[in-house]
Parts: sequence; structure tokens; C-alpha cells
Amino acid sequence: MSFAAEPALGATATARRPPPGRGVLGRLARDPMGLAGLVLVCLVVGVALFAPWLAPQDPTRIDVARKFQGPSLAHWAGTDQLGRDLLSRIIHGARTALSIALGATGIAGACGLILGLVAGYGPRWLDAGLVLVFDALSSLPMVMFAMAVITVVGPGTGTLILVIVLVSVPGYARLIRAQTLALKGADFVLAERCIGASGTRIVLCHLLPNVAGPLVILISMDIPVVIMLEAGLSYLNLGVRPPTPSWGNILYDGYTSLRFAPSMIIAAGIPLILATLGFTFLGEGLRDALDPRLGYGAPR
Amino acid sequence: MSALYAVRDLSVSLPGQGFLGRLLPGRLLPGAPARIDILQGITLALAAGETFALVGESGSGKTTLARAMLGLVPVSGGSLHFDGVALGSARAFAGLRRSTAMMFQDPVGSLSPRMTVGALLAEPFVIHRRPLPLPGRAGRAAQAAALLDRVGLPARLAARYPHELSGGQARRVCVARAIALDPRLVIADEPTAGLDVSVQGEILNLMTGLGTALGIGFLVITHNLAMVRHIADRIAVLYLGRLVESGPAAAVLARPAHPYTQSLIASEPQPDPRRRRADLAIRGEIPGILRRPAGCAFHGRCPRAEAICRVTEPDLRDLGAGQQAACHFAPGQ
Repeated sequence: MSFAAEPALGATATARRPPPGRGVLGRLARDPMGLAGLVLVCLVVGVALFAPWLAPQDPTRIDVARKFQGPSLAHWAGTDQLGRDLLSRIIHGARTALSIALGATGIAGACGLILGLVAGYGPRWLDAGLVLVFDALSSLPMVMFAMAVITVVGPGTGTLILVIVLVSVPGYARLIRAQTLALKGADFVLAERCIGASGTRIVLCHLLPNVAGPLVILISMDIPVVIMLEAGLSYLNLGVRPPTPSWGNILYDGYTSLRFAPSMIIAAGIPLILATLGFTFLGEGLRDALDPRLGYGAPR
Repeated sequence: MSALYAVRDLSVSLPGQGFLGRLLPGRLLPGAPARIDILQGITLALAAGETFALVGESGSGKTTLARAMLGLVPVSGGSLHFDGVALGSARAFAGLRRSTAMMFQDPVGSLSPRMTVGALLAEPFVIHRRPLPLPGRAGRAAQAAALLDRVGLPARLAARYPHELSGGQARRVCVARAIALDPRLVIADEPTAGLDVSVQGEILNLMTGLGTALGIGFLVITHNLAMVRHIADRIAVLYLGRLVESGPAAAVLARPAHPYTQSLIASEPQPDPRRRRADLAIRGEIPGILRRPAGCAFHGRCPRAEAICRVTEPDLRDLGAGQQAACHFAPGQ
């Protein structure tokens, strides 16, 4: 090419890029669903972070004289069967829900990423072994498996996270493995081998950045599932232990008194629905904002 | 002549085709060969600083040969020697990779998509712990800028990602990466594919210019005979994974001994219609490597094929002046 033509070529390349100053977040905010998701997630995360300051009362303070109260000025969301302030319990429950959801998906994502890369780029026997383990893990019925683990280890937040990690790692690892296998023979990987890059370097510097994107999306779409899972297992008395406020525990308590105090179910259900919707919308928005076809750092 | 890179009797074969072929080991499946020979009996010697052209149709094994020479494809027979060292161990290949470079057919696809051009250009220095002009980030940036300048690209391209480059720019970045560590041999797979003619010329001039200035030898894979005429010192013609003719480029192109080479030359686009040789132009398609004809693999498409060609496979014979051909009817017997 002649260098007179150079600026023109450069200009077309720039025009294909998203407008300056608009990264993933900018593109996310332009999508109404993504924006709604972002706002809801920020709301839930903010409530969880500032729970001690936002909660009007101590979430575990028992006042049996005022049990099963409906919404009032003193208790905006009413009280539960032990007279504890529901609003405070829900605000603190956001903490429980998020720490379990983010903790479990974060650990599972990291394990899935490492195992997937090892299975995809490592020797064949290791790949075969890992795939066997993934298949075995994902063939177990989830609730049965959770009950078995909880019976052995004992219930609690840590056990809950362990179960969720064990259940979700195979899916993440399979996604990463499939992408790694697809990229393993790509020209740019061969080119890196030609210039003498070590296996570790190829995996960390060249494969990882190219396979991690879809995992971020999958994780953000799994967070609501995990929040529901925590609520469900807590509801079955397999999750968070009673004094700790959790949306699942509140739902369970509310279910037993549904007929005369429906406010408990409603009060715990609304934040659960909002958080689930928020993370789902955010996940879908992220998927669109990171879509390679929009030309964002895409492997063609 | 002591060769820089000597390939002796190289063969490459891959496991049999298809799902069943892979599932059932050995020869349980009737009809399907357990292994498919992609390359067989290839012997080549590249001298330091020379430009060697490898030509042949698609599917003749040119790219596989280049990949085998760099250890990207497992070799099933024969030997490779670089600079007198047999390539077998990982250590030998590590040595090879310090002094060779490969340019792939698809320039954008051979650049890691999430790295900037600057990072890609500095990478060889980081990997081989070569000294940089300055320590740290500034040194890597300076090195990248120097390389961009050597291939005639503006330094601001260092901040770009590969998919933001034009085809010609990506080619030049690949050239820059190839020459980064002052290699002794650069293997270039179709260095002009996908470029328009003026850019092709510039890339070739850039490569040959840098080659002479730095004493780099080139192994160029192509089916562009005009380019071979322009840059190559020696040439080897591959057909279905075997060498059919080799020798000094000028001699082979002026007096091709193998009918396949003659057909390739006759099939070249010819600006003067009176000089077209329709009688020699190649007919038909290259047979699949799975259905390799018996005898001379070219007999089905050869204008001179006789009974012997269908039965006996001709050996590569010396025709004098360094030229060799594998044809029963090659002159100079």
C-alpha cells in the first residue's frame, strides 16, 4: 500500500470501532434491558454492602409480643413469627444471598477456567480423565447431591458454597474446554509456538483472554440461579442456619404462616425476583455488549 | 555445500480418516488406510541466505512440509537437521525456534487477537529474553516502534489490535515479527495471498530487501510462478506429497523436465494469447490424497502417460546442473 492511502485506511478502521469513550459499559447502558439490569444489580449490591447502615433494626432481635405484624410505620415490611423486623432481615438477607452467589460462582468460574484450559490444551489422558469427572458430577441429581454433601459435611454457608461450586464447575469447564480446543489449532497459536512461546505462556497470554469472555456472561446469568438455589436449599433447611437472615429462610418461615401473615412471603419474594431479574438482564446485556460480531476485540 | 536446513527422506502421516477410523485402531476397518501419507520421501537442502520456493497445487503438502520443518506436525519418518543439529528433542526445536520464523498464510489470523501490535512485536524479545534498548515497558515500546519502522509502518499502529489492520498492514506486522530476532531462515506460507498486486510487489520487495540486508534465507510456499521467477534461487515442485522436480529456479522454469511442472507453467496466466499452450495446460483435479493412484501419481492427468507410468513409480533422477525430476521420460537419462 502506498503511505498516502494510510490515513484513509486508518480512518475506516477507527470508524468500525465503537464510538470513543464507550466501552462495554457504554454499550450495555444503551440497551434498555441491560441498563435495567445494571441498575437493579447496583441496587442489590449497594443494599448488601451497606446493610448495617440501611437496616432500621437489628435483624436478629426477637420481640415475641409483636409477632406476625403487617406493614406499619415502626416495621415497614412487618414482623415475622418471632417479631423480628422483616425489612432489616431482608436487607441483611441480600448480604447472605450475594456473598453466596458471588462467592460460589466466582470460585466455580476460576476452577472451571483453569480446569477447562488444562483439559483443552493439556495432554489427552488428562483431558479424558477430567471430562469423565465432569460427566460424573453433572450426572448427579442436584438436590440429592446437595443433601448428601450436607449430611457428610454438615449444613452452613461454607457447605452451600461447596455444593454450588461442585455443581457448576463442570458446565464452566466444558465451555472453556470446547473453546480452547477450537482455538488450539488456530494460526495465532501455531505462530506463538513458532516464535518459541512456552505452553504456559500460550495458555495464559493467548488462550485465556480469548476464551474468558463467554464465561463472564455465563456466570452473570448463573448468579440468579444460584440465588434461587440458596433460597431453595435454605427453604429445605439445608442451607443457611436459622438465625442468619436469608431470603430462603424468610420464605420458609413465611410459608408456614402463609394463611394469616402473607406479608412475609411477599416481603422476601420481591427482592428475590428483583435480584434474579437484575442479574439475568445484566447477563443478557453483557452477552450483547461483548458480542464479537460487534467488532470488540474479536477473534474473527 | 553444508546446508542450513537439511530435510532427509521426510514422511508425515496422519491417523486414518473418519470417526470409525479413529475409533477402531489398526486395520479393523476394511478399505480405509490406518494412516494416510501426507508427505513421503522428501529430501531438500536449504543453503544459508538463499530463497527456496516450494510450489504445487492446493493439497500437495506444501504447508504440511513447512509445519513439519518447524515441529508443528509430528514427523513419522526421516530426519531434519538445522545447522547440523538433528531435530528430535524439545531442546533442539527450542534452538530452531530462536533462529527461524514462520509467516502464515492468513496474516490477521496469525496475530493473537487480544494483543496490541506493540505487544505482539515485543513478544519475541520477552520470550527469548533478548536485551531491549531500555528496561521494561519503555524498552518494549521502543523495540516495537523500531520494528514497525523497519517494515515501513507508522509507529502509531503499535496501539492497534490485529483486526483493526488492513491486509497489507497485517502482512507487514508479520514480516516485522518474523525478522524481530534476526533469524537465519524465514518460512513464508503464501506471503502474497489475499493482497492486491501492488501490495504484493511491495511485500516481496520488503522481504527480499530485508533478506539481503540481514542475510536471511527464505523458504517461500506459493503457487504463484511469477513470484518464483522474481525472487527464488531454487525451486521444488510437490505433487500429492512427493517431490516431482527440483533444481535452480531459472533452469527449472526455463526447461521443466516433469510434465507436471510443464503443465503448471503452461497454466500460468499469459499476457500474450499467442504464447498460451492449451495442449500442456493442466487437466482435471488433483486426486484426493486418500485415492493416490498407483505408479506415478500424476499419470491420470499426464499428457505423456504410458503403460509403465500406471505401474512403476518413477524415482527422482539427476538431470545434471542440479536439476532433478521424477519422471520416466525426463530428458538426460
